[in-house]
Amino acid sequence: MSQRTLPLLIINLGGEMIYILDQRLRAPDESDEKTQRGCWTEDDRKRVMNDIVSTMFSKVFLEELLRPQDLYSHRALRTVLTRIAHTSIMRLNPASMDKLYDLMTMAFKYQLVLCPRPQDLLLITFNHTDAIKELVKDNPSLVNQINEAQRLLIEVYTPLSDGELQLIRHTLLLLFQDMQIRVSIFLKEKIQNPNGHFVLQTSGPVPYGFQVPGLIRLFNAKGREVTRTRFPSGGSYTSALNPGSLDLYGDRVTLLGTNMYSTPSPEDMNPSSTNTSRGKPKQADSTPNPLATEELNLLAKLMGGMEVQKLSNVDAAFRVNLLALNQEEESSGTSEGTDQHSSAVINIQATQDELASTELARIAEEFDEEGNQTEELGNKGDDLLAMMDEL
Amino acid sequence: MAKMYHKEKSIQIKSSASALYNNLSVLRIAPRCLTYFTVVHANVVNMVSASWDGLNYSHRQLQSKEGNVATSSSLIMQAAWCVLPSRDLLVLTSQKGIQMYESDGSIMVYWHALETPETPTAKAVFARGIAAVREKFICVGVSSGSVLVFDVPSKGSNITLSEVLEEHKEAITDMASECSGNMECIGDLVSADDSGLLCVWKSGEDFQLLNKIPGFDTSCSSVKLWKGTVIAGYGTGQIRLYEAVTGILHAEVNAHARWIYSLDIAPFTGLVGTEPCIQSLLSAAEDSWVRVWHLSLTPETNSVEMEHMYNECVTDMQICGAKFCDGDGYAFAVTGYDLSEIIRYTQA
Repeated sequence: MSQRTLPLLIINLGGEMIYILDQRLRAPDESDEKTQRGCWTEDDRKRVMNDIVSTMFSKVFLEELLRPQDLYSHRALRTVLTRIAHTSIMRLNPASMDKLYDLMTMAFKYQLVLCPRPQDLLLITFNHTDAIKELVKDNPSLVNQINEAQRLLIEVYTPLSDGELQLIRHTLLLLFQDMQIRVSIFLKEKIQNPNGHFVLQTSGPVPYGFQVPGLIRLFNAKGREVTRTRFPSGGSYTSALNPGSLDLYGDRVTLLGTNMYSTPSPEDMNPSSTNTSRGKPKQADSTPNPLATEELNLLAKLMGGMEVQKLSNVDAAFRVNLLALNQEEESSGTSEGTDQHSSAVINIQATQDELASTELARIAEEFDEEGNQTEELGNKGDDLLAMMDEL
Repeated sequence: MAKMYHKEKSIQIKSSASALYNNLSVLRIAPRCLTYFTVVHANVVNMVSASWDGLNYSHRQLQSKEGNVATSSSLIMQAAWCVLPSRDLLVLTSQKGIQMYESDGSIMVYWHALETPETPTAKAVFARGIAAVREKFICVGVSSGSVLVFDVPSKGSNITLSEVLEEHKEAITDMASECSGNMECIGDLVSADDSGLLCVWKSGEDFQLLNKIPGFDTSCSSVKLWKGTVIAGYGTGQIRLYEAVTGILHAEVNAHARWIYSLDIAPFTGLVGTEPCIQSLLSAAEDSWVRVWHLSLTPETNSVEMEHMYNECVTDMQICGAKFCDGDGYAFAVTGYDLSEIIRYTQA
């Protein structure tokens, strides 16, 4: 369908990935193993963030994403995101990457589903870039890089009509269709049902440019209003809020795309206290999130301790906790008649799978042959990955 | 409000509905006491036939294929039955082109390829918007704004492209033909696009543009034509009623809190022969609400009355298709994004 989805997809998913990784790298380890956490200093965290962010927002990378093309398959997407994460000193094994990918995709799916109108997709994207800029604010050249990227996005996407943006949204929804992984934070905060579907409120402000439902106006042949009737809308809707800003800096109004894992200050690490994340108002029912911490600690256990110096050393200290996490996270479809829920990512198009596996074979080669560029073009993601090698 | 409809047993479908406008089509086959439903999932159309006694269901899946090339498939934008006097055809519109099948989906009778550029362009290419017009035309919209008019013989596969109507500049979203059966209505077809522009046409060997009703920069995602009145549902949640030939605005409704995905008319709601004649209108949106309205047209005063009758909230569902299951609005069916069932409601 739309050929312009990739930049929004990568930046939003990448943004969610950065939120999770950043939170993990800050969180003090609560496990017994002192050696696990010991290596990660504040500088290490910043270095990882800087590396990941500079890859994701490199001009060359973004220009490749902006080239009109079909959406990637899940496999290709995961490979790209893994590569982005691995441009830093940090390493994730496939199981951790699986879990990370599940969390990222369900978070973005949630934002897509709840997106009130298609233009808000840009606001969601800018919430991500805003938060990322905040994370790397000590590095002015990186902040500039992100601003440049934002300017590109503004240039490409703001002229699009609501119909064209809706097509982009529909294309993205297609990618996430049938993914019903239950995420414990979402379940606890009642934004996801036990069957994996998201909760849709029938209350709250209508989107900008909309009228509150409930009015029928009838006109005569001369265009004069002759009657006005009210009807019950069934929900409790209120007038629209101000439109979010699509400038480089500004109030985005929507909370979709903001960091739901944002770190409480050290004094607030007591799970029963409320989270005050940099003064930003959080979503209505998300006061304390002890489960966020729990979730991330589980992720931490998966990622294990990582040694700073030895880049090629894939950490072997992954615990049996993996299984426990899998059981918790696996969605067991409870809705009648549908057994389409699975914890595995579902590829929608069979043909793409074939391409993806050939692609993966090529990528595997690339890992071994450093600096070698892949000769063949044409398969999705190949150009991108080849180019990432050079970054 | 009195409970006008109650939920019936849902029909399970083989895969979930994709987020697309007008993603449900219904065909009632009275002689066989069956109703067919189609729901689009990515590159597949899920077809289920349901017997009226509720005992038998049979499923079929159609894939959009480029001509006879079995391996190539593309994403489907819409599937709808076209009811012509001599035959019913199931039409699929996709990124690659247009396919027409016999109404039970058993045989493909026609394939029309869209011109796709060799290298991908920023603007997407696809077909969307399907309507059967008068005795022998099937009209299909294209992302460029063109409307393709196909001439359909009473049987066989000798379907030909007879005309291309170039009036819209934005992608066609939906199309509708006059559904009242009233032969006096001048306008036969209305086409809608992403800018909200509505074009009213008179069919014939050469189609004639009767009127252009400008949009207000918001997509019109679903449209119906009934007794010379255009009923349009917009991305802003509004429904507007226009007199087709003159463009006079009859009514404006702040109907939904999210993008409208589907409108449907039950042409025979009111008692036949009584004036004013009442018809039921169904509207559904991403806000999870399905609403039933009554419309009545008084020909002497040329005025339209519109009354809200009923609300149904389909919990946590982004509705993408809603249709009446029969001509008098006695029952309706609904589909939603990510849902693998067709939810049905009948009058109490």
